[in-house]
Amino acid sequence: MKHTISILVENEFGALARIAGLFSGRGYNIESLTVAPTLDPAISRMTINTIGDDRTIEQIIKQLNRLISVVKVKDVTAEDPITKNLALIKVNLNRRNRDKLKSIIADFDAMITISDDTCSVIQAVADDGGIIRLTEALKPYGVMEFVSTGSVAIQKGKRVIRA
Amino acid sequence: MQTDTIASPVIVPRKKIKGSRIIISCLEREGVDTVFGYPGGASMDIHQALTLSKKIRVVLPRHEQGAAFAASGYARATGKPGVCLAASGPGATNLITGIMDARLDSIPMVILTGQVATKVIGTDAFQETDIVGATLPCVKHSYLMKDVNDISWVMKEAFHLASSNRPGPVLIDFPVDIQQALAVLDDNAERKRSGAVFKTEPAKGQIKKALGLINEAQRPVIYAGGGIISGNASDELRRFVKKTGIPVTTTSMGLGAFPEDDPLSLHMLGMHGAVYANMAIARADLVIALGTRFDNKVTGKISEFCKNAKIIHVDIDASEINKNTIVALPIQGDVRQTLEAFNTEAVKLNIEPWINEIQKLKKEFAHSYPKSKEHIVPQAVIVELSGLVPNDAVVCTGVGQHQMWTAQFFKFKNPRSFISSCGLGAMGFGLPAAIGAQVAFPNRMVIDIDGDGSFLMNIQELQTLKTENIPVKCVVLNNSYLGMMAQWEDRYYKSVRGHTCLGEANFAEIAKAFGIAGATVSRSEDVAPALKEMLSHKGAYVLDVKYPYNDATHGHVLPMIPADGTYLDSILPGGVILRDYLKQKGATECCVSKDRPAGL
Repeated sequence: MKHTISILVENEFGALARIAGLFSGRGYNIESLTVAPTLDPAISRMTINTIGDDRTIEQIIKQLNRLISVVKVKDVTAEDPITKNLALIKVNLNRRNRDKLKSIIADFDAMITISDDTCSVIQAVADDGGIIRLTEALKPYGVMEFVSTGSVAIQKGKRVIRA
Repeated sequence: MQTDTIASPVIVPRKKIKGSRIIISCLEREGVDTVFGYPGGASMDIHQALTLSKKIRVVLPRHEQGAAFAASGYARATGKPGVCLAASGPGATNLITGIMDARLDSIPMVILTGQVATKVIGTDAFQETDIVGATLPCVKHSYLMKDVNDISWVMKEAFHLASSNRPGPVLIDFPVDIQQALAVLDDNAERKRSGAVFKTEPAKGQIKKALGLINEAQRPVIYAGGGIISGNASDELRRFVKKTGIPVTTTSMGLGAFPEDDPLSLHMLGMHGAVYANMAIARADLVIALGTRFDNKVTGKISEFCKNAKIIHVDIDASEINKNTIVALPIQGDVRQTLEAFNTEAVKLNIEPWINEIQKLKKEFAHSYPKSKEHIVPQAVIVELSGLVPNDAVVCTGVGQHQMWTAQFFKFKNPRSFISSCGLGAMGFGLPAAIGAQVAFPNRMVIDIDGDGSFLMNIQELQTLKTENIPVKCVVLNNSYLGMMAQWEDRYYKSVRGHTCLGEANFAEIAKAFGIAGATVSRSEDVAPALKEMLSHKGAYVLDVKYPYNDATHGHVLPMIPADGTYLDSILPGGVILRDYLKQKGATECCVSKDRPAGL
């Protein structure tokens, strides 16, 4: 089963390598990983999507907790968190496909960030499934390039993950 | 003026000193008395600073791996962090085996490495290696020093991390310019991380539940690991056994945690453990696992291990719980605190039938070895030696057959008396580890029981023994083969020798070339006098014990549970499989309960 794990980690030399190395060294999957500093620049927050059975996930969390650089680990999957990815999709926008593409973009709450004579870059914010559906819808009209972040996750309600 | 009347704090500007001097002051502050270090271009400044220290002895090994293993031996013998030092590049990479060894056996170690100057890091400079990157999977934590002002607190934190909670190796990499930069020593520097990684106090509810399970048990067994030793819980364990009367088996890391001459000792369990220990674990209805990690060499086929038992698992490291097997009752916490809590309420159990059964098993399946009139039998050498050494002797080993024979036939009574590379299984460990233990305890008898293959891997350390005047006694069980590999070839590869024959070497002669006393024995009757001669010798000594590698009839470590097997697959001394032995016997009496045919 897919799990979303939020990690607070000290924003220091080698922290990312320790976490990535833990996953590769112990044979755990990383579907996606995003990381950026929090409002406290000494702490970074990481969101990792991984796949594994309950026992594997239990081990992943325990192993992450063993790392000295890790401040807090929380598997937020069960809480149905809000998860979002940012995708930038370069398409060839022309007279023939303009209307169709614009309606797709509207359907997915996406937007065109930049556009010139030759191409446009679409920006979309959605969960994994939303990004996949958007790209599938755009494919027939020619996707020139696709780039996406992994997902970031936040719990609903008042609960927060703090150092 | 008013300002004149206020006494301004007298600030005496402290003298700035070099980073390398700060490093040494920090080591002294941590109570370090020995550094095992091999100099090189990128660590010269630290060595120069070490020459000024009156508190720290520097032991120069003849290879950086020797430095790491010696630091490990020192740490295993004392419980204090061992400190080793190497230069950048090859100096640092030569430490890696020793760092991984410390990681797998949870040994507190602080590793200092020199690094190329910060301005050339990343340029593939001469002797540059990203040692922090290279050792990421081997360390508990590591630091690359980029600011001389950070040295004071980093050193403080490194020693704390290495020795607290579940101990482990911590590496600090010092670029040369940081060693040479000037800063003020901060005597009061505190570590930045305050909390422990894992809580040490066991949950009260779990203790209560555990005591309930213990009191109900009919056939309880304690399975004790290295955590008893690193957690200084041996006394509490003995108290617990005295109170409850539960028998104890230990892992190789746990040897000495419980005295092996106690009637309730089941000795070592696992692949080459005692048959009765493995049978007891298989028959138990409650297994109390203390500071141990269900290693595959212990459990064999994990789904069959302790199959009839509820398991209570006590470990400081939460990740060990439910890692290899799901347990009925996990207790995350310090094992000594847990045993203390047990001991306040533990009572004598009424388990006489079980103890009788166990005593019968111990008699029936006592460790044995084939005798020979022709040649020396290595097990007999260890039995002899075990009877000759003083009670506080420390025994180090390499890795292979001699290591397992030592574990089987030497009677360990005290914690920290068996020092061996158990998790990593690093050959070459014995001699440098013995150096570390002997430097820590100059007045105790320290013996390296080694194999010829292992001894050769760090034989250069004989020069260290000589020049540093370290009186380690080496007993080399020399059969000219990689015996353990040959044993497996005999069992699984039709005895085809896949580069496992080492050939002859005369280790007493080699010792003499280094100025160390030595002797050679090849006849059984000469063994005891030779051992006595060695033990009475004042300085270092190498006793070369020559015997031929034979075959399954003589040369194998038995009993043996084949990889991924169960206790019933045990090959007994003599070659019979336990399953067949029990069938032949009608499988009654001690090994099969009336209601359950113990897996037969």
